[in-house]
Amino acid sequence: MNYFLQETKKSVLSALWLMILTFPLMVLKVNIFESVVTLRWNNMIWIGIGTFFLSWLWRFLLDRKENGSGNKTQETEIPGKFSLRKSLNEKRIKIPTLAVLAVLVLAFPFMVKFYQVSIMTSALMFVILGLGLNIVIGYGGLLHLGYAAFYAMGAYSYGLLYLYWGVQFWVALPLGAVSGAVFGIVIGVPVLRLRGDYLAIVTLAFGEIARLLLENMSGFTKGPEGIAQIPRPAFFVKLSLQGATTYLFYICIVLVLFTIFIIRRLEDSRIGRALEAMKEDDIAAQSMGIDLAKTKLITFALGAVWAGMVGVLLASKTTYINPGSFTLMESVMILVAVVLGGTGSIPGVILGAFLVTLIPEYFRVLADYRMLMFGVALVVMSIFRPQGIIPRVRKRYLVGEDKI
Amino acid sequence: MKYFLQLVLAGLTKGSIYALIALGYTMVYGIIKLINFAHGEIYMIGAFTALIVGGALQITTGLPPLSILAISLAAAIFFSSGYGVTMEKIAYKPLRNAPRLTALISAIGMSLILQNYVLLAQTSDFLPFRSMIPNFPFLTPGKSLVTTTQLVILVTTIVVMVLLTLLIKFTKMGKAMRATSQDKVMAQLVGIDINKVITFTFAIGSATAAIGGVLIANHMGQINFYIGFLAGIKAFVAAVLGGIGSIPGAVLGSLVLGMTESFGAGYISSAYEDAFAFVILIIILIFKPSGLLGRNEIEKV
Repeated sequence: MNYFLQETKKSVLSALWLMILTFPLMVLKVNIFESVVTLRWNNMIWIGIGTFFLSWLWRFLLDRKENGSGNKTQETEIPGKFSLRKSLNEKRIKIPTLAVLAVLVLAFPFMVKFYQVSIMTSALMFVILGLGLNIVIGYGGLLHLGYAAFYAMGAYSYGLLYLYWGVQFWVALPLGAVSGAVFGIVIGVPVLRLRGDYLAIVTLAFGEIARLLLENMSGFTKGPEGIAQIPRPAFFVKLSLQGATTYLFYICIVLVLFTIFIIRRLEDSRIGRALEAMKEDDIAAQSMGIDLAKTKLITFALGAVWAGMVGVLLASKTTYINPGSFTLMESVMILVAVVLGGTGSIPGVILGAFLVTLIPEYFRVLADYRMLMFGVALVVMSIFRPQGIIPRVRKRYLVGEDKI
Repeated sequence: MKYFLQLVLAGLTKGSIYALIALGYTMVYGIIKLINFAHGEIYMIGAFTALIVGGALQITTGLPPLSILAISLAAAIFFSSGYGVTMEKIAYKPLRNAPRLTALISAIGMSLILQNYVLLAQTSDFLPFRSMIPNFPFLTPGKSLVTTTQLVILVTTIVVMVLLTLLIKFTKMGKAMRATSQDKVMAQLVGIDINKVITFTFAIGSATAAIGGVLIANHMGQINFYIGFLAGIKAFVAAVLGGIGSIPGAVLGSLVLGMTESFGAGYISSAYEDAFAFVILIIILIFKPSGLLGRNEIEKV
């Protein structure tokens, strides 16, 4: 009972504190032109009630985290107990599941309205972006805040190539990937010596510089007004809007599969292990003979390739690009997808990307609160579940047991 | 020549504002090694609080402008410090022993939260800010080089810097801050309550940012929820330029940055004004990552 009283007191105090703290911004509203001051007392009441319960929950969760009772299920799998991950890996279950999934995906554009196909295509593009950023953050451990610049690079290479030489989609797609990679290396070279938070800020700076350049080189890039009427991909003949979007949907599906395939191969490769080592401890990795400069550049280039390709897809889907589509917020959204889903985990990032794109789309009421929710998600995830919703399962090498 | 002097003054004014924000970055970094990404938002909240409190007082009471200015400045300082301290309790304290990248991601989240909180609670439009600083009669507008607000900004910054230096050099809390930034464990062993020190650091850093926010709002005449982002990034650049963790470094870096921007915009191109800060940041971090006045750190495994 005493404990209960204490907790109540703490919650009441936090509620009172936040009510005072949010008073000027939440309650007062001033209209200088008409000389009117509006008082919104009901906001204060909601803040009080909300804080009271949330602070209770917050302390409970923090307590649980510190005492470690929440993390026990992590790696140990009890034999005999049902586990989703394990049963999905059994052939008997895996193949039919995959088959059903494949049929569903293939039939998707014919089962739903066109609008849904369009949204899903955007979500899939976001999945590829997330997977690409995941190479840089999840495997390389380099926090990159200028990812939107790579993305812009791809979009603008298609836009400009079309504008000046009339290059078509299928030619632009690989070129977008290449220009993304080249840009990744160009950015990578100067930041080779940086690590951690400095690296994050410098990549952010590069992202902003790239956007400013796009905005101000009006003669070449058309400046803030952007490039319009970029053609959608043609399937032998010119397609209608619906047809082209459906076509893009399938292209995205193929690209997602391709990305997953490449990343899975990458994980097991020499480069993948070098990335892993660099992430854990770069100095130790260096002393083990890993060329840090080369590895970092490869990371950036590999991450940028996907962004470049998605840039081309974006340009051809919306047929219009301008620098405003590639702000820091875009980079942050991709980061949210990766962190939310699970840094380094492929299913995690896919889930994260779907959550980030589809929740605001299907819950229109929440659209205004979108960025606020993403902010809360970043804070809450870093505190309570830094490994993400679907944590990464790392390869384990066991000695003396059935698996080696 | 007059143009040149005007640019110098504009640069100094800008630099002073950056310095007021950069102090918070550099102090927090010195103590908990965290880039407090949300620090720019604290500055924005300071400006907003001053605007709202000042506006409400102007409308409802007939106080003279100077006392309104004083009250709204006090309110801005109080509430900004409150936000700074609360933010630390919520988003950073549980992560003190976590990897630094996790804490940085939490800070990015906090920045998004504060920005959108102000956006939703107030407005997304630019709000006009009626300058509350009365014009000094000895500075004739148009004739003299300095405007009143510029002069006020410069003088305030100098006063704040002097006070802060005294605080850190000669008070008990200042000593505790220095000890904590050198070695947290050792500081605890000699009886310093580092939680208190960290709270205090956030409060002081937020307070100087709030002063900066109020001053710039008076100078520019309009604010919106997004002003904190760019100002925050630039102040961070200034802190890094001077050597992050070093207080005189933050001031020097801010002045250099303010001057560069002012001259760059005046003589090269005003369209790229924001890019200069980023270019400087990249150059500094590549050639002298420890900054102008920072110490080199030895890498250990």
